[in-house]
Amino acid sequence: MQFNKTTSINMHNSNNVSAVMLRVLLALLPGTLIYAYFFGWNILLNITIACITAVISEALMLYLRKRPIKPYMKDYSAILTACLLALALPTLAPWWLIVIATLFAIIIAKHLYGGLGYNPFNPAMVGYVVVMISFPQYMTQWLIPHNGLDLMQTLQLQLWGITPESIILDSITSATPIDSIKTGLSLQRPITEIGQSPLFGTLGGIGWEWITTGFFAGGLWLIYKRTIGWQIPVAMLSTIAAMSLVFNFISPELYAGPLLHLFNGGTVLAAFFIATDPVSASTTPKGRIIYAIGIGLLTYIIRTWGGYPDGIAFAVLLMNMAVPTIDYYTQPRIFGANR
Amino acid sequence: MNRSNNKLWSFHGGLHLPGHKSISTGRAISKTFIPSRLILPLQQHIGESSELVTKIGDKVLKGQILARANGYVSVPLHAPTSGTITHIEEHIVPHPSGLSALCITIETDQKDEWIKIEETPDYKNMDPSALRNRIRDAGIVGLGGAGFPTFIKLNPGSRTAIDELIINAAECEPYISCDDMLMRERAQEIIQGVQIMQHALQARRCLIGIEDNKPEALAALNKALQLSGSGSIDIISIPTRYPAGGEKQLIKILTGKESPSHGLPLDIGVVCQNTGTAAAVSQAILHGKPLLSRVITLTGDGIKQPGNYDVLIGTPINELIEHSGGYHQSVKQLLMGGPMMGFNLDTDQLPVIKTTNCLLALCEPHTDSSQNVMPCIRCGACMDVCPVKLLPQQLYWQAYAKDFDKIQDYNLFDCIECGCCSYVCPSQIPLVQYYRFAKTEIWAQERDKIKSDHARERHEFRLERLEQEKREREERMRKKKAALQANKNKPGKNEAKKDAIAEALARVKAKQQNETIEPKNTNNLTPGQQQKIDDINNRRTKQKTVPDKQPEKNNASKSDNTAE
Repeated sequence: MQFNKTTSINMHNSNNVSAVMLRVLLALLPGTLIYAYFFGWNILLNITIACITAVISEALMLYLRKRPIKPYMKDYSAILTACLLALALPTLAPWWLIVIATLFAIIIAKHLYGGLGYNPFNPAMVGYVVVMISFPQYMTQWLIPHNGLDLMQTLQLQLWGITPESIILDSITSATPIDSIKTGLSLQRPITEIGQSPLFGTLGGIGWEWITTGFFAGGLWLIYKRTIGWQIPVAMLSTIAAMSLVFNFISPELYAGPLLHLFNGGTVLAAFFIATDPVSASTTPKGRIIYAIGIGLLTYIIRTWGGYPDGIAFAVLLMNMAVPTIDYYTQPRIFGANR
Repeated sequence: MNRSNNKLWSFHGGLHLPGHKSISTGRAISKTFIPSRLILPLQQHIGESSELVTKIGDKVLKGQILARANGYVSVPLHAPTSGTITHIEEHIVPHPSGLSALCITIETDQKDEWIKIEETPDYKNMDPSALRNRIRDAGIVGLGGAGFPTFIKLNPGSRTAIDELIINAAECEPYISCDDMLMRERAQEIIQGVQIMQHALQARRCLIGIEDNKPEALAALNKALQLSGSGSIDIISIPTRYPAGGEKQLIKILTGKESPSHGLPLDIGVVCQNTGTAAAVSQAILHGKPLLSRVITLTGDGIKQPGNYDVLIGTPINELIEHSGGYHQSVKQLLMGGPMMGFNLDTDQLPVIKTTNCLLALCEPHTDSSQNVMPCIRCGACMDVCPVKLLPQQLYWQAYAKDFDKIQDYNLFDCIECGCCSYVCPSQIPLVQYYRFAKTEIWAQERDKIKSDHARERHEFRLERLEQEKREREERMRKKKAALQANKNKPGKNEAKKDAIAEALARVKAKQQNETIEPKNTNNLTPGQQQKIDDINNRRTKQKTVPDKQPEKNNASKSDNTAE
């Protein structure tokens, strides 16, 4: 009797790339819903714009690269990039800014480097940095919580740039808490006084503390599900906490404390969802810790002494560059090798 | 003694796999049947292929030697039943590559007539080396799968003491249950075999490691051990986790010792043997019976009557499966070995060999084709499960890029091919296949390198020799010239020299005259002799016209000869 001599593996668990990406998307849900609760329709609209752009550009690139479109579209990686990008960009970012960032992420950062699995840089962060450098004036436009915009007003504002009647734009926008600390410090105001502004709640910025909690919960679930390892989030968050603790201890007037750093500016989102992107992160257990400490240090440095409102994107990209070297020098001791 | 409170160690990674073992443990081991013919590859073990001592047409008896050991790392091959040798030729053998190799085919006579055998029940008075020879003469190799000659592993060599003999009864791979059933039914034989091996090794103690998913086997072993009264054997139940039955993993679990990365368990004073091997040793020593049959698991939803079968070595798989009730109609895939480490067969016209532990026939392959394969996303799931703590994704990149130098920096050759990485890979990449490919390529490259090194050395040696001859010739010429020059410069000697030349000429003339007188040995030949000479001359001229067709080695030696 003759048989099929398949070259496939014989036994496999139920895991696959789509399931991994879907789990990550699912874990983003609580934070995103809380985001929408505090800041209104904007974020959902931004996510939609980013996703549509990502799907179209992904399909186009797969077609141009003569790759099978259906299986690759089903891996949800483009959707995940789009969601992370939309969550990272300012709430009031104009639609074309989101489109440019997404196109850059998918076409250049992902596909021109070889597509899924081959991109050395985190695509979402590349897209973010491109618009951050090119259109800095739009990168500080955030809505205030409970701004009262309804769906129609949001659509008008976002798609056509029309400020709804009876609303003064300046009254519903502000900088992020991190950015306002920076501006405040440059005006020689002490942190304690800046913290008194209505922008701040108990732990971080109003609304932001809860969004962060949502992402934190989602991230813990991913660790529990073993979709991500604990090393990167733990190492990155503790580095930022330690740095801010030390400097806050030295001078509480000049340096914000750990809570402000952790509960603001997407620190938690980055620690659980962005820095953990497996393709561009380090893969060895020790390497992941070094990589995440690097991101934490650079983030703190850029935030505190750099010229940009937030440093996570730069920190991630800089550490992406170091990954091949980190991986090479952090190989685990194999079974039976000399201790 | 069953020491359930024994301290156990653990290894990194590993998997909890669905066992699928109850499919084949429902029935007792089926008795041996004699197929119409047996196909016996001369090489069923690691090492040198056995050397034929029989020929086509020979009538052979059960247990008779068909091929003897050839060199140290080799064992003899015996006739599993009586019959007549009908073929000695190339036949497909069970191997992932689907290769052919030299096989002896025996047409059985169904009489199962034994050759005279010699029992040695009082092995305790035997010298360990004599015991090892008996085990070697019985053709016993590791029955767990690797097929390394058992007697070599029972030779501690220059090491004075072996701390532990470890018996691998883990049987961790899904579907396979041949060791489990063997322990349930022939526990006493196994314990006897263990005692014999312990004596041969002079091992201080013996640990039998068995996964805790085999309570019946464990109970049977314990009972047999109590009966034997041996105090230095411990049966230890270990947690079920794949690949706990990997040699180095099991040693770690039971003793906490790690076999060195490029070494053997022997280096840390441990020897590991399989339960099936223990039973074979007991048969060989106590009953004088060489290794003629083994228990194999026939399982999977593609088999009508799954179970364990005592099968003569060389039984064709198709006859075995037919005898056992046949395939299920919609069978699609046949594997030799388990679903993690086994390999796909494209035909069942193959023999069972000494190392065949399982035949797995499946209606629905566990995963569908390679369409599902996605790029590696470097998630590291493979690294988390690797029992050797390798970085499988890095190995994959290097194998994919065919960077065979770099891949060895990542310790490719420490990979035990357990398949854990492939099992968890979300991109469903057949990782182990890439590692096997890389290993084979590297071996091939090394072989080529050795070959070309030889050729190069030979060539360089020849060049050097020619150079030296040239130098010597020149030196002689130079000396001669110098001497001539010196003579020329001495005018008084010119006359003497002329005389010498004249003398020499006279001598030559005389010699030539002699030669014309004396007959050559080619004169006065008979027509037959002349014919032979002509033939030889013809062949020589023919060879000269087609020198390219000659093997490289002949050419080289020929050119060497002509140069000399």
